[in-house]
Amino acid sequence: MVDVWARLEPHLASVQKPARYIGCELCAEVPPPSPHRVGWLLVYPDTYEIGLPNQGLQILYEILNERPDARAERTYAPWTDLEEVLRRENIPLFSVDTHRSADEFDVLAFNLSAELVYTNVLNCIDLAGVPVRSRERRAVHPLIGAGGHATYNPEPLADFLDFVVLGDGEEVVGEINAAVAAWISGGRTARIDVLRALAGIEGVYVPALYEPRYLPDGCLEVTAPIDAAAPAVVEKRTIADLGEWPYPKQQIVPLTEVVHDRLNVEVFRGCTRGCRFCQAGMITRPVRERPADQVREMVQQGIRRTGYDEVALTSLSTADFSGIEDVVMSAMDDSVGCGNVSVSLPSLRVDAFTVGVAAQIQKARRTGLTFAPEAGSWRMRQVINKLITEEDLYAAVDSAFSQGWRRVKLYFLVGLPTETDEDTLGIVELASRCLQLAKEKGHNGSVTVSVGGFVPKAFTPFQWFGMNTEEELRRKVNLLRDAARHAKGVQLKWHDTRASLVEGLMSRGDRRLGPVIEHVWRAGGTFQEWSEHFRLDLWEAAMEAHGLDMDWYCHRHRTEHEVLPWDHLSAGLHKDFLWQDWRDSLDELGLEDCRWTPCYDCGACTGYSIEHVVASAVPPAGGSQGTGQNLLWGTEVPVVLGARKSSQVPV
Amino acid sequence: MKIQQRVRFTKLGKIRFLSHRDLARIWERSLRRSGVQVAYSEGFSPRPRLSFGLALSTGHESLGEYLDIDLARDVDPLELPGIVNPSLPDGMVAQIACAIEPGIPSLQQAVISSTWRITLADVPVDELTEGLERVLGADELPIVVERKGNKITLDARPAILALTQDDVVLEAELASQPRSLRPAELLRAIDPNWGDGRVLRTHQWTLVDGARREPIPLGDLSSRGATPTPHAGARA
Ligand code: SF4
Repeated sequence: MVDVWARLEPHLASVQKPARYIGCELCAEVPPPSPHRVGWLLVYPDTYEIGLPNQGLQILYEILNERPDARAERTYAPWTDLEEVLRRENIPLFSVDTHRSADEFDVLAFNLSAELVYTNVLNCIDLAGVPVRSRERRAVHPLIGAGGHATYNPEPLADFLDFVVLGDGEEVVGEINAAVAAWISGGRTARIDVLRALAGIEGVYVPALYEPRYLPDGCLEVTAPIDAAAPAVVEKRTIADLGEWPYPKQQIVPLTEVVHDRLNVEVFRGCTRGCRFCQAGMITRPVRERPADQVREMVQQGIRRTGYDEVALTSLSTADFSGIEDVVMSAMDDSVGCGNVSVSLPSLRVDAFTVGVAAQIQKARRTGLTFAPEAGSWRMRQVINKLITEEDLYAAVDSAFSQGWRRVKLYFLVGLPTETDEDTLGIVELASRCLQLAKEKGHNGSVTVSVGGFVPKAFTPFQWFGMNTEEELRRKVNLLRDAARHAKGVQLKWHDTRASLVEGLMSRGDRRLGPVIEHVWRAGGTFQEWSEHFRLDLWEAAMEAHGLDMDWYCHRHRTEHEVLPWDHLSAGLHKDFLWQDWRDSLDELGLEDCRWTPCYDCGACTGYSIEHVVASAVPPAGGSQGTGQNLLWGTEVPVVLGARKSSQVPV
Repeated sequence: MKIQQRVRFTKLGKIRFLSHRDLARIWERSLRRSGVQVAYSEGFSPRPRLSFGLALSTGHESLGEYLDIDLARDVDPLELPGIVNPSLPDGMVAQIACAIEPGIPSLQQAVISSTWRITLADVPVDELTEGLERVLGADELPIVVERKGNKITLDARPAILALTQDDVVLEAELASQPRSLRPAELLRAIDPNWGDGRVLRTHQWTLVDGARREPIPLGDLSSRGATPTPHAGARA
């Protein structure tokens, strides 16, 4: 075993935040290396501060370390100053748990939560001393895998990844481990043998066993298997019951500062609100709630084991959890024995009910609340199916200010399909109206508007939409800046529109982008999600060098029958359901939440013979629930919300 | 009535790269995890009432760090180390605790100097000896240091209370009052080319009735049969 600590230590005093490389956290136990255990190095390709709290990685870490035939350690992307040291001193990438060299592991498994980290993936593979291209690796090299939301279109990384996991990792990780263990005990024969075995596992995609063919116009003709072991379509994995997977049991408690530094308990997975821009909501269907008793137990045990004084109940929309009030109250119950525990709901629904729950939680320290109306006009919100009425928003903000919060933050997207300047300017109008309402009631508060450029993602109804150009996004941001100047008290923040462009390129790109990523990485373009390191010029130069057109990838509307780079993968969603939803969107037609109404047969349940796991058959109380209707407890939800207009594809 | 205890602990090994702020957070969580009930501050955002002594620089090790804890419920000080140690990371060990009188000066006020052991493996022994002689013979030793973001010039000589050498290891007692001098500053004052070396704080000192004492009196240690820290006896 090669422990790099002794070589690393003398240099740590000279790098920024050395504590992120020492490990030593309180966490689940890592068994010692043994030939009977497959060694996994779980890699988060961004800094320790961002990566450590990642729940997906922590869940797999525990599940693997509980198995008798596996062991898992973690690592994170070294910051540029340490990378310089590693390259200069010839020190390989290492695990933070035991400081073992990365190339001693059998599997390097990357968590891909976002597209801008792709060059960091290559950098980590290279720092591990492994060839970046999968076809250049031999049997001695670790297998390079990836999972996480960005893997629903893994094609831009197809040249670099040996295998890709679609969907929930809890079950499939064991099956992968078994396949790798069998290959190792069989004497590490040719690499293709283990790749074929992996391709036979449901939910595992092996890019090397497929080949894309292109049409003369540059569009895809098909991505087809070239090996008998590869299925024509790779389906995602879905765990039927979250209650069977109460992980992490021993959340890792970092010794140094990280984001989301608190106990996190996932209360449900999946969301069927049906927001059309939201990839997370689409690919994680159906809704699977954790039993309320298990939530309580995980909170109590978690607080006791970690020493945290804050717990976040996480999901895509926690206020939708059946009986959320009871769960929140019991989580804060003193019988936990720790006292002074605060609860946070990171994703608030926009209505007064939610603010009421938040008020029960945050007795002290009411500084800021965040809501995400996402669009400035009701028309636009129907297009994106985020059916929050203005009244919902005003009620929520009014309730927040009257209960003592002083700052409200509102999240919006610009560059949505069919968006006009009127819709865009509606953002500032909404915000100033919120502020005005507060003032009329004598509250003293501020409203911050945070704007991001919309990036269409795979497996959403907007996957066919040509995103706004960078100039157009910037023009819209400028419109908002001008308007906000006249709206006193409204503060505006916006994301770098250039970064959205590269995110858009990767999100819907194909295998021809592999050389582009490699080009940018070789030119030093790592940590692209960090504004101080982002280099649009590198991406533009790389596209040009490889004869590719940014416009064609990012700004072109796709047609109904165009073959998409992820058509040989499946998130369960039928393509015709998504297409219909896209047409409905252009008709400004809202779609109900199928948790509480009849199924639309999108495919996420019906295709895999699973269903929603929801404790309450009725929608939660208060506000419009994002249904656009006024509902009380127990009332039926109407299915159709608007009349159908003739469909028009935007130009 | 306030219940306060003072704890001595180590910071050794990999965790030497933790910052002072990191240490505070780790102590808060470890105390919670081990069920020790700490008193909270009043106000908008109550925090556990812990106060630390002089900050140890990131990267330095220590055999003698101190922490004062306001307890909400009393614990036998003899048992406190055993209660919290399982919750502390490797390299951080609570060695001893004792009750302290409310109202005694805070650690920050009380500690007047620290003893440091500085290992300079890359510097020839002769060069070390020469450097030491030069410094000890000097009446004045002006150096530029940074304090609260400002560069100031101060005379380092009066802050060097003792300085000895054993092979490549220097042992220095440096004042923290009225003017403080840090180990890295001492080295720079002797020879800017020496680098930072490996630094270990072995003791912190307070003044009680004109005598130099450790912040947890040794009398407390021996009379209660607790394990004394290495070297504590030799300096008493
Ligand atoms: S299959 Fe039906 S019930 Fe399940 S998520 Fe899709 S629309 Fe909803």
